[in-house]
Amino acid sequence: MDFPVEILPALAFYMFAAITVASGFLVIFAKNPVHSVLWLILAFFSAAGLFVLMGAEFLAMLLVIVYVGAVAVLFLFVVMMLDINFEELREGALDYIPIGALIGLILLAELVTLGSAWVVGEDITRNAAAPMPSVAEVHNTEAIGQILYTDYIYAFQGAGLVLLVAMIGAIVLTHRTRTGVRRQNISAQVSRRPEDAFELVNVKSGEGVSLTPGKKG
Amino acid sequence: MVDAIYSLFGTEGPFLYLTAIVLSILAVVLPLLIAVAFAVYFDRKIWAAVQMRRGPNVVGPFGLLQSFADGLKLFLKETIIPAGANKAIFLIAPMLTFTLALISWAVIPFEARVAIADLNVGILYILAISSLGVYGIIMSGWASNSRYAFLGGLRSAAQMVSYEVSIGFVLVCVLVKVGSLNMTDIVLAQEGGIWNWHFIPYLPVYVIFFISALAETNRPPFDLPEAEAELVAGYQVEYSSMAFALFFLGEYANILLMSAVMAILFLGGWDAPLPILDFIPGWIWLLVKTAFGFWLIAMVKAFVPRYRYDQLMRLGWKVFLPLSLFFVVLYSGLKVAGVPLFS
Repeated sequence: MDFPVEILPALAFYMFAAITVASGFLVIFAKNPVHSVLWLILAFFSAAGLFVLMGAEFLAMLLVIVYVGAVAVLFLFVVMMLDINFEELREGALDYIPIGALIGLILLAELVTLGSAWVVGEDITRNAAAPMPSVAEVHNTEAIGQILYTDYIYAFQGAGLVLLVAMIGAIVLTHRTRTGVRRQNISAQVSRRPEDAFELVNVKSGEGVSLTPGKKG
Repeated sequence: MVDAIYSLFGTEGPFLYLTAIVLSILAVVLPLLIAVAFAVYFDRKIWAAVQMRRGPNVVGPFGLLQSFADGLKLFLKETIIPAGANKAIFLIAPMLTFTLALISWAVIPFEARVAIADLNVGILYILAISSLGVYGIIMSGWASNSRYAFLGGLRSAAQMVSYEVSIGFVLVCVLVKVGSLNMTDIVLAQEGGIWNWHFIPYLPVYVIFFISALAETNRPPFDLPEAEAELVAGYQVEYSSMAFALFFLGEYANILLMSAVMAILFLGGWDAPLPILDFIPGWIWLLVKTAFGFWLIAMVKAFVPRYRYDQLMRLGWKVFLPLSLFFVVLYSGLKVAGVPLFS
């Protein structure tokens, strides 16, 4: 057996691809929703591995940081806190199989039609909005930055504004002022000094201490 | 590092390449695990010294072998799995914590270009792996099927997600100056002695990073996920024997990692403080700086009382987030203006 070293990326590809597909299936088939989310995380993670193999390491890291590190944590958080009997929820699921299968078939037919009719235009590289530098010269973090902050700056800023509006919307929708809630006033807590909070009293033996502040007993 | 070992073999082949990868991983992980054992000892000694106790002093000279004795004890104990626990996840969680704590070390450069993987996106890799670290804790909290453990897991998840944001912004501050995500390039940008190191111009963000690192690694004063007074031991409460040891080792490997990252970002990594001291190998300097970072973290444990949970959240979102965002704008502005130290 004499393989070239180049076989390693291919092996890694098949490993990551198999794990991605398998864990994708398990997201649907897992009985426990928490397990589903964990399989989803594994799917994200192996997809990030595929990105690395394609040389898109920046996208891979973003996928892990944003989806695995933040979005999926919140998923897991919510799913773990749910107090639902999932066996009950599953009972009626079989009734939906015909319509689910129909939607699946339509999607499959559309994808097959699209796939068979797909032709890559001959002058596609010339039509690209921005010239593509070679991978060896500019690594992809820099390449994404150069395109995102020059040619697509308005689209990028627009996306940022949409997210900002969504964020403010979410805050406005969920924020309500309730009366009668005790709140912590941190600056008042921090600025408390021992002199305001307690006093030292010298108690003679046989005598008590009056509980009224400021008066010695 | 991998390529250097690979070229030593003389011949080529995928199996030899894999062997080279495994060897270079061992070359980092074995010293790391020994360092972790001594870090635990170091931590306990500092803590004891601040409280005017002696600390571990029985096993071996000056108690140096205490951690190894503790490890052996844990290794010989019985692993107890609670009846109501989700067995698979319960056992995967400590392994995940331990593995994630080790694989971050793949991108730490010990000398120029000497790392297991000299990634172009090294610092993002560290951020990505440390953001995965929360899963070990949240999974163990859920799988234990215990209230204390679950509360600990939830606290930890919220805490780590919150402080990652400010860590990210602090990294941006430094990266704007360096212009590269590569760990080696970050150190190369500070070469030439102590006056070039980033801790001088970046002192405010260094402090923010340090405090956020404490929260990220669940160290006191932010060790609420395992607060023994309220949660017994938080997410670790149902764990015994090796499973607990894996959590413990993972925690300290993460603390050492954060110290090493601080050394690389702000203290010049392997660079000698004065050019005359260049004859001392770079990895020793990195070790000294990492030990310094660890010393700071250990001292904080000794004399800062634990935060209340609402104060912790307030500090993360209402103080550090705006502050670090402000520093991103400030340092970017200084860079654009071409101020010498910042560009």
